[in-house]
Amino acid sequence: MLSVTDLQKTYPSGDEALKGVSLDVTGNETVAMIGPSGAGKSTFIRCVNRLTEPTGGSVELDGLEITGLSGKELRNARRDMGMIFQEYNLIERLTVMENVLSGRLGYVSTWDAFRRKFVGDDIARAYEVLERVGLEDHENNRADELSGGQRQRVGIARAILQRPKILLVDEPTSSLDPETSRAVMDLLTEIAAEDDIPVLINIHEVDLAEEYAERIVGLRDGQKVFEGVPDELDETARGQIYRGEEIPEGAGPTGKVTAEVGGSGESSTEEGNIRRT
Amino acid sequence: MATEQQPRREWSRPTAFYNHYVKWAVYVAITVFLLWSAWNMRISPDRILAGWDAAVGLVQGMVPPELTTQFKNDLLIEGLVESVAMSVIATIVGVILSIPVAFMAAENIAPKPVYWTGRGIITGSRALHELIIAIIAVKAVGIGALAGVIALSYKTIGFFAKLLAEEIEDIDTGQMEAVEATGAGRVQTMLFGVIPQVMPRMVGLSIYRWDINIRHSTIVGIVGAGGIGGTLLNSFDQYDYDFFLTIILAIIAIVMVGELISTYVRGRIQ
Repeated sequence: MLSVTDLQKTYPSGDEALKGVSLDVTGNETVAMIGPSGAGKSTFIRCVNRLTEPTGGSVELDGLEITGLSGKELRNARRDMGMIFQEYNLIERLTVMENVLSGRLGYVSTWDAFRRKFVGDDIARAYEVLERVGLEDHENNRADELSGGQRQRVGIARAILQRPKILLVDEPTSSLDPETSRAVMDLLTEIAAEDDIPVLINIHEVDLAEEYAERIVGLRDGQKVFEGVPDELDETARGQIYRGEEIPEGAGPTGKVTAEVGGSGESSTEEGNIRRT
Repeated sequence: MATEQQPRREWSRPTAFYNHYVKWAVYVAITVFLLWSAWNMRISPDRILAGWDAAVGLVQGMVPPELTTQFKNDLLIEGLVESVAMSVIATIVGVILSIPVAFMAAENIAPKPVYWTGRGIITGSRALHELIIAIIAVKAVGIGALAGVIALSYKTIGFFAKLLAEEIEDIDTGQMEAVEATGAGRVQTMLFGVIPQVMPRMVGLSIYRWDINIRHSTIVGIVGAGGIGGTLLNSFDQYDYDFFLTIILAIIAIVMVGELISTYVRGRIQ
């Protein structure tokens, strides 16, 4: 279970990208984070695995505090978090197989990595995962020979091979056409469900978020302004997230955090946090 | 009409100097300096004429190149082989030494103190001409090819590490981050996230540097650091101008072959 509390990030330029965001991802749920560009969605995800260094708050994965780690401990923590990127971030000049196997780098010695020597089990699993993402027989293709959709499948395979405790997904469909986007989202949620992995996903397309996520979080100006099930994301909530509209007094459940969702007891206290901010 | 009363408008091209007076003053100063330099070096028509005769005599002494003496041919082959061997060894040694320096000198992946150390090594290697290094190396390890290999390897570091570091600074950091995000260590991140991106450039630069090292290996012999250069200087000192021309032609041929190979290989890896 991922538990983020009061996460803050202020860039050296003085930009406050995150002004204290709390969020829990539990069980095997898919949580989508939506919001306008510059709301801090990417910063949030990158702060979880510390590709970006948060300036305050806490990130806990299965009880392990991530923010204070360094060196070997941080690398071990990163092995448990699979990340999927908007621009795929495959190693373009290497083969599909090498890209997928790079998900195991945290477990092999540097010398073995240099010789591309992975244990037999890793290679067997890599073949298996490639089959699951529909890229069998492509293992010897170079990554730059693939189409966008195929590349994102390799990205998913690489993350899955880590056997992660959570998948962090940063705008997986922004570089893809609508058809391929859906195919990639289908695959992603399917695999996550099969392997029982929770997913935290940043996404631009609100309709995809509504379709695939069990819970939606709205971010605006580095603050959480909405949290609820897809059905609660009505016009008022969208207005809040995308146009910064005030919550009308006495409005319905929109904008409130529903305690039932996700079965997490902490949600009710988060409601208080939102009201205060 | 109002337009008729307006004076005709003039335009002249703006000058890079402050104004046109400064411009002409600079031109005059340059001309005076050129004339003074010529006068200072005592370049006179007499000297040009006398020099012309000497030059014609020299060229006539060179033609035809000498190819008949077995002893000299052996000397030539031996020198050329040594030069090429020196260039190959110096390129391999230099490139191996350069790679860590290049990573040190890449601003996007090295911490500041390491970065400045790397830059310092590169500057140190680039500051001195290979002949100066060769003179020092000959003093240090004695006359012969080893001194030449040291001089060329030393120069290779400055060239190769500088250009490779610039290439590393231009990589797509997303690929590096993706490898980092899997929990890979520092060296592993370099192996998977950086080296594949700069590999074509590394091969291209190695070939290019080998090409340069062939040329340089023919000159360091003049100060005793091995290769064909020593033979070249000896033949000249002994007024053996036709053998001198043979050596010059052989060097041109070798450099051309090197350049052809270099062009071919670099064309293949694009």
